[in-house]
Amino acid sequence: MKPIELRPPLDNKKIKQLKAGDLVSVSGTVVTARDKAYARALDILRSGKKLPVNLHGGIVYHCGPLVKKTPRGPKIVSAGPTTSARLDNMQMEFVKRTGVGALVGKSGVNEDVARELARLGCVYLAFTGGAGVLATQTIQKVKKLFWRDLGPVEAPWVLDVENFGPLVVAIDVHGNNLYLRR
Amino acid sequence: MPSKFEFQNTAIGMLNRAATTLPDDVVDALEISKKKEKTKIARLQFDCMLKNLRMAKKLGAPICQDTGTFTFFIELGSELELDFDVRQALSEAIKQATRVIPLRPNLVDPLTRKNTGTNTGEGQPALHLEPMRGKRLRIDLLVKGAGAENCSRLFMLKPAAGEEAIKRAVLLTVGEAGGQPCPPTIVGVGVGGSAEAACLLAKKALLRPLGSKNPDKKLARMERELTDDANGLGIGPMGLGGRTTVLGVHIAKAACHTASLPVAVNLQCWAARRASARLVDGKLRVEVPR
Repeated sequence: MKPIELRPPLDNKKIKQLKAGDLVSVSGTVVTARDKAYARALDILRSGKKLPVNLHGGIVYHCGPLVKKTPRGPKIVSAGPTTSARLDNMQMEFVKRTGVGALVGKSGVNEDVARELARLGCVYLAFTGGAGVLATQTIQKVKKLFWRDLGPVEAPWVLDVENFGPLVVAIDVHGNNLYLRR
Repeated sequence: MPSKFEFQNTAIGMLNRAATTLPDDVVDALEISKKKEKTKIARLQFDCMLKNLRMAKKLGAPICQDTGTFTFFIELGSELELDFDVRQALSEAIKQATRVIPLRPNLVDPLTRKNTGTNTGEGQPALHLEPMRGKRLRIDLLVKGAGAENCSRLFMLKPAAGEEAIKRAVLLTVGEAGGQPCPPTIVGVGVGGSAEAACLLAKKALLRPLGSKNPDKKLARMERELTDDANGLGIGPMGLGGRTTVLGVHIAKAACHTASLPVAVNLQCWAARRASARLVDGKLRVEVPR
């Protein structure tokens, strides 16, 4: 089965078309974020300021890449997904305030958070945990790295990716959740 | 007698090997498990894992971006006189490997959360020395990412609850972990000892190759039953549903207090990274993991 191609920014119509169990691949801009980036983004948004990147309809990838220093700057060598549920106490507020259209990560979010994500119109896409090299191959360019003081693992990377996937629609906006099917 | 230089280079070789290449027994188990899956999503997860492994090996790149933390188990013969600080040599090897391979700097202060930047720090790497007779020197390295390590559990059970309670504890751990430890996992179980000894047994059990038989018949039976029960949970590869939740269950035991029944469970992700080295004819060599 050929994956559905997604190109952010995503609109509601596109997100609603995605059903749990569908395979998708992403091309375009993806922004990495994990614990510290979430916390900083919320601090900024709560104080009424704007983020350095517009995430409305955007795709946020739960990932802390492994980076090699080279004479030409930092190069990502392995960039698989991290555990999304670790961010659960910030997840709903983050999605609400940013208007993110899709989260990419591994092993899903807690049941209550999943229901809330669906209500907010945010789809959850799963990438195979540990497949760091596979993910890296799809990165075409590092567009930006901000909040560098957080360090290369926690700082958000703005990446240009091509055919990032195959990703599985694990939690759709219609109440279907593959993690609960057992 | 290995010099500090030889010891350190061997440790770097082990860190590199573990980060980039999985032992054959793990790759074989992933391939066999893939064939048992009935859904396209479950099979896809195995395809991604196996493809990722091939690419990591070819490029010499770390399999997973979470290059983990390191636990060394060293069997040290009484007739060997190492004229250097083993802990310091391992730390220097890790610092160098972190720059060269590279490894992701994962270690932080537990309270300030400030990253040490070198993958070394207070009390790290974890080092467990086992004194032996003779000239033996064997080093085993276990690499654990946080996703799997965070699902570790210690139970102090009622002794009268017995085997059934031990099995419930293991299945509870696997069930509650769901997709978070990157299943299919290897399940290390430490039964008996004390609180800390059970945890160490559980972790060390992860060094055992998949498919190897537990020499204790009772434990071997429990391992088979728990493997079937855990796979019956349906969590599946990456928690997306399927027949393979664990690649194997490894149980180790130790005598314990008559009033105690400690049970520790330690899960290892599918990227079950380990390496070993052994002193053979006076030379320290990185081996294909046993």
